[in-house]
Amino acid sequence: MIGNLDHTTLQQLWWLITSVVGSLFLFLTFVQGGQTLIFTTATTEEEKTLIINTMGRKWELTFTTLVLFGGALFAAFPLFYATSFGGAYWVWMLILFTFILQAVSYEYRKKPDNFLGARTYEIFMFINGSVGILLIGAAVGTFFTGSSFSLDMFNSVKWGTSYHGLEAALNLFNLSFGLFLVFLARTLGAMYIVNHVDHDALVLRARKATWINLVLALPFLLIILFSLVTMDGFSVDPVTGKIFIEKGKYLHNLLGMPAVLVMLLGGLISVIYGVLATGFLGKNSGIWFGGLGTVLVGLAIFSLAGYNNTAFYPSVTDLQSSLTIYNASSSKYTLTVMSYVALAVPFVLGYIAYVWKLMDAKKLTLAELTSEDANEMY
Amino acid sequence: MEDQILSTVDWARAQFALTAMYHWIFVPLTLGLSFLVAFFESIYVKTGNEEWKKLTKFWMTLFGVNFAIGVATGIILEFQFGTNWSNYSWMVGDIFGAPLAIEGIFAFFLEATFFAVMFFGWHRVSKGFHLFSTWMVAVGSSLSAVWILVANAWMQFPTGMAFNPDRARFEMQSFWDVALSPVAVHKFTHTTSSAFLLASLFVVGISSLFLLQKRHQKMAKRSMVVAAVFGFIASIFCAFTGDEAAFNVAHKQPMKLAAIEGLYVGQEKAPIIAAGIINSSKKPGDDLPAFYQEVKIPGLLSLLANRDANSFVPGINDLVFGNAERNIVGAEQRMVTGKIAVAELTRYKNAKEKGDAAAAASALALFNQNKGDLGYGYLKSPAQAVPPVAIAFYSFHIMVVLGTLFPLIFLLVLYFAFKGTLENQRWLNLACLLSIFLGYVAQQAGWVVAEVGRQPWAIQGLLPVNVASTNIATGNVQATFFIFLALFTALLLAEIRIMLKQIKTGPEA
Repeated sequence: MIGNLDHTTLQQLWWLITSVVGSLFLFLTFVQGGQTLIFTTATTEEEKTLIINTMGRKWELTFTTLVLFGGALFAAFPLFYATSFGGAYWVWMLILFTFILQAVSYEYRKKPDNFLGARTYEIFMFINGSVGILLIGAAVGTFFTGSSFSLDMFNSVKWGTSYHGLEAALNLFNLSFGLFLVFLARTLGAMYIVNHVDHDALVLRARKATWINLVLALPFLLIILFSLVTMDGFSVDPVTGKIFIEKGKYLHNLLGMPAVLVMLLGGLISVIYGVLATGFLGKNSGIWFGGLGTVLVGLAIFSLAGYNNTAFYPSVTDLQSSLTIYNASSSKYTLTVMSYVALAVPFVLGYIAYVWKLMDAKKLTLAELTSEDANEMY
Repeated sequence: MEDQILSTVDWARAQFALTAMYHWIFVPLTLGLSFLVAFFESIYVKTGNEEWKKLTKFWMTLFGVNFAIGVATGIILEFQFGTNWSNYSWMVGDIFGAPLAIEGIFAFFLEATFFAVMFFGWHRVSKGFHLFSTWMVAVGSSLSAVWILVANAWMQFPTGMAFNPDRARFEMQSFWDVALSPVAVHKFTHTTSSAFLLASLFVVGISSLFLLQKRHQKMAKRSMVVAAVFGFIASIFCAFTGDEAAFNVAHKQPMKLAAIEGLYVGQEKAPIIAAGIINSSKKPGDDLPAFYQEVKIPGLLSLLANRDANSFVPGINDLVFGNAERNIVGAEQRMVTGKIAVAELTRYKNAKEKGDAAAAASALALFNQNKGDLGYGYLKSPAQAVPPVAIAFYSFHIMVVLGTLFPLIFLLVLYFAFKGTLENQRWLNLACLLSIFLGYVAQQAGWVVAEVGRQPWAIQGLLPVNVASTNIATGNVQATFFIFLALFTALLLAEIRIMLKQIKTGPEA
């Protein structure tokens, strides 16, 4: 059946698959959010260690999902991979630096003779959870605001500024996107602490942190939503493939794709409910509503950027160099092969969910941190 | 401008080499240690002996410390293809991206999911499920190696693809040709067996340290026996697959083979240089001797390359200037046809843009006639087709010499373990300890042979590195090089200190 799909359908399918991976990554940034809570929500060394060990059992999933997101973009949309990573060089490099710091921080923080001291590794985690997520948000923001680049006849990228992508963080929309993700991640992180930690005082503060961070995220969310429905967008003529500016493009996309509008609104409501349930109703399951909501919002954002004849990586300096899911994609053969590979994804999600359930069946307690397995703890 | 592009390429190459070399400090240990830990835990589960559990947890802790930094350096490699090699990413992303994505789906999630169980699941899951998880981490590590080595093998031996002039890129035609190419199969088997070997050296070496210090002797001897068996099997397999890999090099990358043997003039009954000092002044086509001093074994290179001791093996001169008698087209001639291909491709693209169908058709026809040498059209001189001979030669010979030594070490360990006098062999224990370092030297040398020997190509024969890199000012790549250097070095120091402390503490921690 997959072999009979035409190229256009495969391109749309792969934008969906990539969007799902990207949206799952956004949910899993609760790990990054949790990392930033160690300096605000934890008041003692023990509480800090509880948070770090809670997040530490999931950090690799987030990391791996990011790597898969990159791999899927490389395999399915190589021209985006080449253009964005090669052009917006410094944004991606800084994001990568923060993830290098994260990767070692869990394992090394509590180990004796760790060279840099526990505090340094905690700061590394904070940098990853704040600067790293902010820059990822700014990079995604450029899907709507565009970047300064041009492609020659061999699709070699030439970036228009010497800041190589850092200029994205100076744009209000992009910056708002980044800050929204930072506070959303903190909200999710607090919800996960409530779900997984058995420590009354810490959980109480984490419940409070969920709504405080949601409130902090709201102004940025409003800027994003207001901008999205009012801004000009980058449209593609489906016949000629020419890119042109369309007034109210993303509003048109929302109205033209009601499912996306439903996902966006449903997602936001789900996140808000998750916060209310955790912060005010004393429930522990808020993370699942927050997570589902985040995935839905992520899917809506990626759909707005890529579907309905829209250029998902627009160039503001050379409009015709803008990338669409059609001109940036891999060949039909490669997308077909990768679609067969993607059939394994439900199986992968299945065993992840099974192991998650097993490992989270019991909450994390202070006693476990000092048990016979203490040497393995973060 | 030209100089700047060259300079950017040099820094991009340096950065990739730096990242890959750091990455390959940690990854082979992870690959091999994951299996050794699985063996240890299997014995624990089978015997129920808590001492085996303690032993398992000790090696697992070292595995975890090493794993983290392997992950950190690994993510950079993937994204560096985009940041520093964006033209490469576009031109071959249709083929190269797939193995990386498959690696993520099939391998990384397996590792990431079960890693948490392995370390934190002792009291959260059953004993059997914990063992299963440890094995899954080992399997996941090797699956990861499969796909990244498929990708690397394709760079050495591009197959299963065709050039699409409309998109100006290479596109996949056969996934199975890419995934199951002989180079991919032998690269995987050789690389993973060498990784198992290194991890075995590590366990044997650290255990030897305990014996020298007269600490944890029972645990040390148990670890040594398991690791020496694993290491001995791996080292024999590594030698066998290494021979197969060299056979592939002889046929798919003859220039690399000529470079690693310093063979300038092709000959029948070509000798292997068992040891030698390269003449650094030697250039292709001149009359200078290739070596100041050398020890040859006649016919062995021919035997290795063609399974026939009397056969002809082409030298660097044949491959640069051609050899009509042997029907070898040299880089010099291939550059001529390659430049036609490059020019006709540009003409084709221009004609298409202007809507001139006739001109486009004629350009395309000429391009198709010459496209086999497209990559050579980007070389600046025929001599550029020659990789750095001295680096390739010395790295290869260091790897082979050390690879021959390691099985002997494992055999001696097993012999004295069988006799029950392992702890009395101070000289052997010292040799085992030193072998950890030598194992790392062999690992690094192996990758230097593979990657430096492939130069100047990013994709063998198709895409030279100077075309593959990103169009970005040198300073950016230079800056990130030094940031990576500082960061990785600091993290390596941290890793070594943590490892040493854990070893000093021993399994009592």
